[in-house]
Amino acid sequence: MALYILKRILQAIPVFFGATLLIYFMVFAMPGDPIAALFGDRQPNPALLERLRAQYHLDQPFIVQYFYYIAGIFRLDFGISFSGQPVIDILARTFPVTLRLAVMAVVIAFVLAIVIGLFSALGKGGIFDNSMLVVALVFVAVPIFVLAFLAQYFLAVQLGWFRPTVGARNDWGDLWLPAIVLGLSVYATSMRLTRTSTIETLNQDWVRTAYSKGLSRGRVIPVHVLRNSLIPMVTDLGTVFGILMVGATVTEGIFNVPGVGNTLYQAIIRGENPTVVSFVTVFVVVYVLINIVVDLVYGLLDPRIRYVPS
Amino acid sequence: MKRNKITLAGVGLLSASALVLVGCAGSNNGAGDDGEGAGGDATAIITVNGSEPQNPLIPTNTNEVGGGKILDAMFAGLIGYAADGSVFNDVAEEITVDDPQNLTVKIREGLTFTDGEEVTADNFIKAWNYGALASNEQLSSYFFEDIEGFSYDADSELTGLEQVDDYTFTIALNKPASDFAQRLGYSAYYPLPDAAFDDIESFGENPIGNGPYMLEGEGAWQHDVGINLVSNPDYDGPRTPANGGLDIKFYASQDSAYADLLAGELDVLDAIPDSAFETFESDLGDRAVNQPAAIFQSFTIPERLEHFGGEEGVLRRQAISMSINRQEITDVIFQGTRTPASDFTSPVIDGWSDSLMGAEVLAYDPEKAKELWAEADAISPWSGEFQIAYNADGGHQAWVDATANSIKNTLGIEASGAPYPTFAELRGEVTERTIQTAFRTGWQADYPGLYNFLGPLYATNAGSSDGDYSNPEFDKLLSEGISATDAEEANGLFQKAQEVLLQDLPATPLWYSNVVGGYGETVDNVEFGWNSVPLYEQITKVS
Repeated sequence: MALYILKRILQAIPVFFGATLLIYFMVFAMPGDPIAALFGDRQPNPALLERLRAQYHLDQPFIVQYFYYIAGIFRLDFGISFSGQPVIDILARTFPVTLRLAVMAVVIAFVLAIVIGLFSALGKGGIFDNSMLVVALVFVAVPIFVLAFLAQYFLAVQLGWFRPTVGARNDWGDLWLPAIVLGLSVYATSMRLTRTSTIETLNQDWVRTAYSKGLSRGRVIPVHVLRNSLIPMVTDLGTVFGILMVGATVTEGIFNVPGVGNTLYQAIIRGENPTVVSFVTVFVVVYVLINIVVDLVYGLLDPRIRYVPS
Repeated sequence: MKRNKITLAGVGLLSASALVLVGCAGSNNGAGDDGEGAGGDATAIITVNGSEPQNPLIPTNTNEVGGGKILDAMFAGLIGYAADGSVFNDVAEEITVDDPQNLTVKIREGLTFTDGEEVTADNFIKAWNYGALASNEQLSSYFFEDIEGFSYDADSELTGLEQVDDYTFTIALNKPASDFAQRLGYSAYYPLPDAAFDDIESFGENPIGNGPYMLEGEGAWQHDVGINLVSNPDYDGPRTPANGGLDIKFYASQDSAYADLLAGELDVLDAIPDSAFETFESDLGDRAVNQPAAIFQSFTIPERLEHFGGEEGVLRRQAISMSINRQEITDVIFQGTRTPASDFTSPVIDGWSDSLMGAEVLAYDPEKAKELWAEADAISPWSGEFQIAYNADGGHQAWVDATANSIKNTLGIEASGAPYPTFAELRGEVTERTIQTAFRTGWQADYPGLYNFLGPLYATNAGSSDGDYSNPEFDKLLSEGISATDAEEANGLFQKAQEVLLQDLPATPLWYSNVVGGYGETVDNVEFGWNSVPLYEQITKVS
């Protein structure tokens, strides 16, 4: 087991270098001059422009810039944003907010998905199953920004149940509205997955055996059916959590959540290479870690899975 | 966020009406700081919108509105600007324009920074030298380029600044700039306390000012979230706050700020999102604000483009200008939040005119446009497509498409928009002169003067002359204007200079942006300044 984890972590190292190199190259290849853009419509003096470019190593060839960047990372120096803040501080500030939001959204999505998916499967083809299918389709079909704007306007501005934006107050209790919107946006797939997986499990021999042993429905469904149906859900959870950690840009923008998505978007627009690359690098690390955790959780859910370092 | 794409820029000259700006210092346009505001609670905190400053909070390194509005609240300059763009003395007791190249500044005694240091002439001289020094790489260093001793290429002292005594200094300029006194209210000219130079980095995080407001405490700037300011009890000047402080909340999108305003979470908003243009006036009633601002929008057709040089180019530019139905576009696309242009400046600036000779080239006249286009075709027949480049991250697509359509329908040529994903990409190509189409341009004034809209943009070899325009006649009128110490005379010359521009159209004027904003029922006395930022110190909370 320990060996397996070690191996997975070692595997992550080339992934890390490959990903940062690729990202750095893509950001580097982005056309435009971020330094010139700092001056707006005014044309800066050429001498000043050159000095500023040199300060951010933007006058160097690509591979030299990348080397500066990687060398910095090993000193835990992720570079400086145009606003003069160390990128690592920006990361430390924004990640916890997005993490809270992602955790809340995942919990909301999965509690709903598992409960509704389970009952849909049990009553397969019935009114509940079919109406929940329609609801799921609506959530899949409606783009998230529509959902977000509607929720913001009706639930916050009109009804006043929530504050319309997050801003400075971004603790657990303040993130309900964006979390619900995010949760609903990913809920549908997970719900359908739970349903399918549960139906499959219901037809397994061991379920029939359990019933014929005389076990009650209240025992068979949660212990024998649900637990086994959850295995594909774990993979789904890993993916969804990953997506929410890095991909909540639209939702964060609408609800003014000071998280990574919002900050990354601003940095891309401004062409702030150190910020963009560092954020994406951390995303890569997060993805790799989540995947390792998911693989380990498999073993807890399904005793047939064993970790053998090959 | 979009506004910072229009630079705060400038160099300029144009005189204030008198040679001497004598003080109305100490007069009071707000309520007292004694806790009894006029019609409001003088201790109440006003919640306003802002955006994360893109640079440390150092006056000479801040050239965008997010940081600018914080600095303007925290610092007092030699002069300040009233809502109509007129100037009043703040720290200055008297600014004497000795001649177009020399000024004497006398400051009031007994003023202090919030760390207790007294504001003296030295604080200005040191701050300006810091801002101007080449190796400090300050984004606003160009504000000092007219002062004797300035250099972009090597570190040099501003030898034009000379201290006479603790409260008096003189400014010698390297060329005539009769409106220099008028510029001195811009943030780049704020004084800095000695503490700033001990550790400029930590100063940029926790600035110490001399203005109406100060930081609530160490770390009041919560990055990406907001900044908390409280009124400065020691401020003594014309901008004494009628409220207890400002809670500036940062928004990445105007839509979320607008939702907060509607929900009562925000007292004052100075930027309505495009999506609410249609509804904000009915949503907010008489609490909606929609008035012209010192922002000029245009597109530039460089002379180096094929078919746009020489005589042919002049005809084609005029034809294109006359084929744009500005009124319809401002009404339909912008819901009346833009005002069709009638010159190259802005209606909020003293000296603006809607009756310049040749201004009819800005009116929609399809017949005349076709005629001019045909004349140009006689010189050399038109080929290809007319394109206007824009940055797609700034909400420009709708008007560019509408403008292109207007040109296409009038002249019967192919015309379209050419989007660039980001502002940086567009500016990159414009700066490198590699762009092969017309492109959108805009200008936001740094100080309320006509010259600021003309000199930096259209003078030969001017710093921001994106179209490389050059016309000796224009240059001559411009330099006469900047050397004239009488404001009326100067403005007259600048208007004549614009009449030259209306012939050549180095940029095609489109419209002036309005400042669109609004405020909640919770506040009163909301007035927007000439630079589109509310005059925060006047706002009172309704108790």
